[in-house]
Amino acid sequence: MSKELIRLRNICMAFDDELVLNNINLYINDKEFLTLLGPSGCGKTTTLRMIGGFTTPTSGDVLFDGVRINDVPPHQRQINTVFQKYALFPHLNVFENIAFGLRMQRRPDPSDPRKKTKIPEEEIRERVMEMLEIISLKGFENRRPDALSGGQQQRVAIARALVNRPKVLLLDEPLGALDLKLRKDMQIELKRIQQQVGITFIYVTHDQEEALTMSDTIVVMDKGSIQQIGTPEDIYNEPKNAFVADFIGESNIIDGLMVQDKLVQMYGRQFPCLDGGFAPGEPVDVVIRPEDIDIVPVEQGQLTGTVTSVTFKGMQYDIIVDFKGFKWLIQTTDHSPEGARIGIKIDPDGIHVMKKSQYSGMFGDYSSFSDEYDELDDASLALDEEESGDEE
Amino acid sequence: MKNRLSRLAVPYVIWMALFVVAPIVMIVVYAFTSAEGGFTLANFSRMGLYGVVFFRSFKLALIATAICLVIGYPVSYMMSKEGPKFQRVAMVLIMLPMWINFLLRTYSWMSILENNGLLNQFFQKIGLIGLCNALFGTNLDYFPMMNTQGAVVLGMVYNYLPFMILPIYSVIVKLDGSLIEAARDLGANGLSVFRRVILPLSLPGVLSGITMVFVPSVSTFAISKMLGGGTELLLGDLIEQQFLGGAYNPQLGAAISLVMMVIVVVCMVVMNRFGEGEEQAVML
Repeated sequence: MSKELIRLRNICMAFDDELVLNNINLYINDKEFLTLLGPSGCGKTTTLRMIGGFTTPTSGDVLFDGVRINDVPPHQRQINTVFQKYALFPHLNVFENIAFGLRMQRRPDPSDPRKKTKIPEEEIRERVMEMLEIISLKGFENRRPDALSGGQQQRVAIARALVNRPKVLLLDEPLGALDLKLRKDMQIELKRIQQQVGITFIYVTHDQEEALTMSDTIVVMDKGSIQQIGTPEDIYNEPKNAFVADFIGESNIIDGLMVQDKLVQMYGRQFPCLDGGFAPGEPVDVVIRPEDIDIVPVEQGQLTGTVTSVTFKGMQYDIIVDFKGFKWLIQTTDHSPEGARIGIKIDPDGIHVMKKSQYSGMFGDYSSFSDEYDELDDASLALDEEESGDEE
Repeated sequence: MKNRLSRLAVPYVIWMALFVVAPIVMIVVYAFTSAEGGFTLANFSRMGLYGVVFFRSFKLALIATAICLVIGYPVSYMMSKEGPKFQRVAMVLIMLPMWINFLLRTYSWMSILENNGLLNQFFQKIGLIGLCNALFGTNLDYFPMMNTQGAVVLGMVYNYLPFMILPIYSVIVKLDGSLIEAARDLGANGLSVFRRVILPLSLPGVLSGITMVFVPSVSTFAISKMLGGGTELLLGDLIEQQFLGGAYNPQLGAAISLVMMVIVVVCMVVMNRFGEGEEQAVML
């Protein structure tokens, strides 16, 4: 798990004077499931294409197993890609699509190492069949891609890449075109395949939930820069800045002041927390997840506010509470009617203190909540917007 | 809604019935009719006499089609790789000759190829003819280029090349770039990408290009008349003679047309089958 396989060193990338990637430094371990996560246009796909060999960085190095591969063309890299829209060959059936990479391979002849030979037909057959088994599509080998459902095409695309036994599999938003139910199934399926074949997966997505579900490591990107690298738990629990906090899950982000280690001041009141290492009196961003807030009677509350809207979500209520003009999202199982005065309590481990960043003040207020939330909630709508944005 | 829109097709259906179906029916009827108006097979029994003409026509059309393919495919391929601006300009340049009258275009080739035409004058100037005489002991004042089969093929290629380029280009340009990236990703080098992905996927364009060049080439008469000087009689000339020329015999002309049509249709069917087979052959 710990052996380093790929390293990106000081990568910059510019298209027509526009900086798409800004000094990316990243290493990827062998057998790791790493996800590049970010909104569209953040540079995640460019990073992936660079590892695949489809673009070359303007400056910086791409290292594979310690060797610089900036100028190695894609067909000479031990890396295969699952493309966003699968890119199955429409003129070939499932078997031949999967066998494509094997037919391209030449390896030293066992009898005469100076000569290169093709992979024998029996071996191709065996390996393709093995892949069909892994993706549970046995019996589909003579179908044309257009006679398959989206999920099946997806799996063929994965098999086509994996059959070459690459050291790394790159996946570019592979589940983007599938419906929600299928997407959930494929997330589990992908994780299973990754563990079964035991290779590195580098996965690109804008879907934070997908990233949290599957990844060993998440790399959050925005505007061509890496915002944070960490395990899903780290990223969720200890977001480094307001952007990450907002992008991963729901967050209330409040202006605060660090009084001393483990004590932060918001709304003129002091809250115990677990963070330290800030200068006394340093302005900070404080992230409080909606599920970490307890509703208590007004007199017991660390803060008091007015409920402005209540939405029933099945598992919980999403309520918006106005604290001196700044609106918070609170997820709770207790019903509080609209207009009620409530008190809240936050445990020290529910308070996450972050240094101020360029993103401070941009996120975390839920005053425009209803519109924003509708969008967030309607996954298909959000996806459509994403797609149309990509095409522009 | 659908019905109302499909009513818009009525004019064309009438047009087609009047000017496509009816003439074909008339050709069939004429072909089996004697000069006196009775049923006869005599028109076909004379077909053997024209075997040479049939053979020559198909041969020249085939050569012209092959040349168009060899020239047209790379042009289409290169064009599709260029930027949109280049593609637009190239497209106009390819279409440009077609805005000039067909006969005029062909006529201008006469003045280029003539014994004292532009090309021969040029060869004279650069001393090519003298060189040729010195090398091979010939005694030429000019290269005879007019009234040869080569001139006829040249005329066909010149006139029909755009019909090869356009369908191939329009197929290649629509090819999904990610397919090419996928092939490269899977270990295919440039040649393999072309042979295994681009070529098989552009085959439909190639087939329609071949059809669009071969069919008019095999039945042309103006080109052979002007550049072949009538010495290299082609099917088109033969048929024209039966209807407009001195050998007035519309029944025979219809019979020749019918035979030609049948051969062409058979060729096209076989070729399209072959095209599908090709796709599968690549697959195996």
